[in-house]
Amino acid sequence: MKISEQWVREWVNPSLTSDELAEKLTMSGLEVESVSPVAEKFSNVIVGQILTFEKHPQADRLNICLVNVGDNKLSIVCGAKNVREEMKVAVATEGAKLPHLTIEKTEIRGVASQGMLCSLKDLGLADESTGLQELPIDAPLGAAVWDYLHLSDQILDINITPNRGDCLSVLGLSKEIVALTGAKLNSIATKKIKPLLSDTLAVEVQAQVECPRYVGRVIKGIKADALTPIWIQERLRRSGIRSISPVVDVMNYVMLELGQPMHAFDLSKIKDGICVRTANKGESLLLLDGNTADLTKDTLIIADREKPLAIAGVMGGMDSGVTLLTQDIFLESAYFNSATIAKAVRFYHFNSESSQRYERGIDPDIQHLAIERATELLLPIVGGKAGPIVERMNEDALPHKPVISLRKARIAKFLGLEIEDKEIISILERLEFECKKTKEGWSVTVPTRRPDIALEVDLIEEIVRIYGFDKVPCHLSTVQLSCAPCPEDKITLNALRHSLCDLGYQEVITYSFIAPELQTLLDPNNTPKSLVNPITSDMVAMRTSLWPGLINTLLYNQNRQQTRIRIFETGLRFLKQQEPTLAGLICGNAYPIQWGIKDRVADFFDLKGDLESLADLSFKPGSHPALHSGQTAMIYHEDQAIGIMGALHPELAQKLDIQGKVYLFELALEPLLKTPIPKAKEISKFPEIRRDLALLIDKAVPVQAISDTIKEVAGTYLREVYVFDIYEGKGITADQKSVALALTLQHSSRTLIDEEIAELMDQIIAALKTRFAAELRG
Amino acid sequence: MLDLESLLREATVAIAEASDLKSLDDARVHYLGKKGKLTESLKGLGLLSPEERPAAGQKVNDVKVKIQTLIEERTEHLQKNQIAAALAKDTIDVTLPGRRQSGGSLHPVTKVRERIETLFTQMGFMVLDGPEIEDDYHNFVALNIPELHPARAMQDTFYFADGTLLRTHMSPVQIRTMKATKAPLRMIAMGRVYRRDFDLTHTPMFHQLEGLMIGENVSFADLKGMLTEFLQAFFETSLPVRFRPSYFPFTEPSAEVDMQCQNCKGEGCRICKNTGWLEILGCGMVHPNVLKHVDIDSERYTGWAWGMGLDRLAMLRYGINDLRTLFENDLRFLRQF
Repeated sequence: MKISEQWVREWVNPSLTSDELAEKLTMSGLEVESVSPVAEKFSNVIVGQILTFEKHPQADRLNICLVNVGDNKLSIVCGAKNVREEMKVAVATEGAKLPHLTIEKTEIRGVASQGMLCSLKDLGLADESTGLQELPIDAPLGAAVWDYLHLSDQILDINITPNRGDCLSVLGLSKEIVALTGAKLNSIATKKIKPLLSDTLAVEVQAQVECPRYVGRVIKGIKADALTPIWIQERLRRSGIRSISPVVDVMNYVMLELGQPMHAFDLSKIKDGICVRTANKGESLLLLDGNTADLTKDTLIIADREKPLAIAGVMGGMDSGVTLLTQDIFLESAYFNSATIAKAVRFYHFNSESSQRYERGIDPDIQHLAIERATELLLPIVGGKAGPIVERMNEDALPHKPVISLRKARIAKFLGLEIEDKEIISILERLEFECKKTKEGWSVTVPTRRPDIALEVDLIEEIVRIYGFDKVPCHLSTVQLSCAPCPEDKITLNALRHSLCDLGYQEVITYSFIAPELQTLLDPNNTPKSLVNPITSDMVAMRTSLWPGLINTLLYNQNRQQTRIRIFETGLRFLKQQEPTLAGLICGNAYPIQWGIKDRVADFFDLKGDLESLADLSFKPGSHPALHSGQTAMIYHEDQAIGIMGALHPELAQKLDIQGKVYLFELALEPLLKTPIPKAKEISKFPEIRRDLALLIDKAVPVQAISDTIKEVAGTYLREVYVFDIYEGKGITADQKSVALALTLQHSSRTLIDEEIAELMDQIIAALKTRFAAELRG
Repeated sequence: MLDLESLLREATVAIAEASDLKSLDDARVHYLGKKGKLTESLKGLGLLSPEERPAAGQKVNDVKVKIQTLIEERTEHLQKNQIAAALAKDTIDVTLPGRRQSGGSLHPVTKVRERIETLFTQMGFMVLDGPEIEDDYHNFVALNIPELHPARAMQDTFYFADGTLLRTHMSPVQIRTMKATKAPLRMIAMGRVYRRDFDLTHTPMFHQLEGLMIGENVSFADLKGMLTEFLQAFFETSLPVRFRPSYFPFTEPSAEVDMQCQNCKGEGCRICKNTGWLEILGCGMVHPNVLKHVDIDSERYTGWAWGMGLDRLAMLRYGINDLRTLFENDLRFLRQF
């Protein structure tokens, strides 16, 4: 909320500078986001009065005005259309500095001009102006306009939290300042207007729960096209509200001052009285902002006997609004149920100054005061005669002052701080809470303007907020020592990430929502969950795989001349379950270019090796629509399928405009992180014997099958078997490969003798021959 | 009889001139070998009278020892030279880079996350995460934010057609944990959260850290102590911290916490918008309505909770100016961490 500091100081004027006041408010929960001057500085602009004016001899649209500025008369050429004799205006005299220009003595089409007559725009007080700003007729001639308009003022921009609707007004803010500083509140007395008319309008409230109080009054014979006094305009402007017409301006002024939203109807547009009710299905309303709302039966409306006139508390209707031709008006000052208004705001997506206040809850006892204040301000401006106040009230639905029991011991326990009784009572009373002593503490009655206070903790907050958070000590908890769980049969995610970094992978974090097209391209078998209100069209689908984000990252970096890429990400993928997942990709050279290792493009086995160093994994041929059909492996951990790896399908790579071969993997994190707690076995003290086998075997036989066979036949003697060479090509038929394996053999309790080793090797060779037609290579 | 003196002189020169072990050995053979010059002269001893023989023999032997010593010395010298030559030959350019795979690194947000995890696990806090697609109950209702609450407008939420949503904060994890664990408990939750906001200072996905402690004697003073301790430990300096009253539906009292801007040490700069303070986190005492939702007796137990942006912490810690760079994943940027 933006508000004029001067206006607030009219109500309460603590002896604090602007900055001190702002600091005080901020430190009590009303965060002052800025304190800024209300106008850009101008000088040498004084009040003048147009005595006479005549047409410029050389220019039809210009007038030469003779202007009385008190001790002098100036001749000023002016192009404004609304010049009028006796009109008082702001005169920028010779040497005046305005926000956008400096005034010098000049000649306009051959006629000397000793200054300039100003619009609000010229003075930097409006974005748009239609003509000269007329000043009140009692404005003193020659007075500095800066001072006359009280422009040595600041705008306080305060961030009012949703619970403090009561501070969305000068009155509420002032009461808060009173509580904070102990300064006195200068209540601005409002006159009770004596009705000069007996005219009333029938008001029927059907929705008694939604509208527990409705106050209205008829005013007849107004001059709706009168000018809003500059001081009202200025105060509205300082709150960021545009001046529209005197009736609307006064409604807004009262809302800013007292926090009560007001509405004025054109009486002639109301057919046979007001009815406050919920809308009927099929009803619609053309609103003041030009939109038409189709009303639902939940919506509280102000209607007449025929049609809806306004959405209660949110926005008025176009047809029943006050225009410059309006002669008779009906003023509304009502208390609506905050949930009802909140519902309408959500449903229609409207937000107005009025709904903002209703939604947060206004004071249910202020409607009379507000309508009197509005009448008091309005009549001198637009004239007319006011009728008596009409009120409809449903006492049962009005909020009552809650009485809360506040325990002294609870305050101390909750805050970790003892506050003296005297201080507690003083704070509560400054906030206009009534305290009665009880055995345990106090019984506290909450004023009606504070709907946010309902529980004991709410009171405790009020006390400490005013007392000062800074006076609460910093204390460190003492707790019972206990160990947080530290399971050893799980690798921590942090350890896994570090391993990947050590293997040369860079961690990335990509968005969880992606473009549906990319999602379909990379994971066509899963239908993603889609957002109904995405922020952009490429952030719609919840990823079912981490690959799309990684591919995007790859492209982003390839487009920035990064050719060697090794990345990974951990996060959820959104399938039927939300699954913690690890995925990564490599592309480009296996190693960074260096003198000591020959350049080589990374392949399937580079990625596979990295994964093997992460955990004890096994691999079987697999398939995936996004991967190369001959270079894809399912990944297993403790016999459970936990993921997949492979080369990106060449067709996809081409479609996505990716340079180079890309190898991807994706693993379910939870099973991957499982690891057995080591169980030590005794080490054999007897010699290890190595035997090598060089086999010629059908190309299609997987190496895994060979080593599985060897393990099976060799049994307990075998410590280790590994492949140390694969050869295809010259000297071997095209459908064969040569596989060289090394076997390490050892007995646990004696030395193996040559004969039994030879026998074992023969058995192995025989088995390989039977199963795979393997031949020993000569 | 040979002139022993000149023999010794001759041998000394020959040994000194031997430039490698081979020529030195040749010299040894030449003088001391079976057919060497000194051996020859020993033969001449036989021609001497028995009286002369011992003295002459002694002389020859002296010369032999001298030559042997000279050869040993020369051998040692030449061996040293040979090793030195070998070392010189095998000298490499040690400034050439080593043979290696490149190193990767953690994303700065993860770095910060690990650091926070370390700080809190030291104090016995559990570290948790939970689902990112949440229901209205866990994200709002259980946190004292009923359907029409104005605070819902504070958080623009992403929804799915079935009414579920992307969590807007880490608090659903607190709710789930409180329900499962009951009091007393202390935990932090870190993870991705989502809000419909995309501009210079907001990304629709970001990371949050939230903490919670529930116990029989957990007070607002403890909260102030804990957060001050944490911020000072995280930034490794005893920076000033201030607490301002604020409003969150799930805490009461609620506070915003400002810490001294570390860029200007409170003097005022671009980063802190000349205030000297940075708004860094929100916190408060857990609202009794929240405890009621998770069946914790709010008379017996009290608790505090707080939340802050991990991305912002990373930005402050590492001097990152633009939030959006965290999710662009430019490798040249990420490699710095």
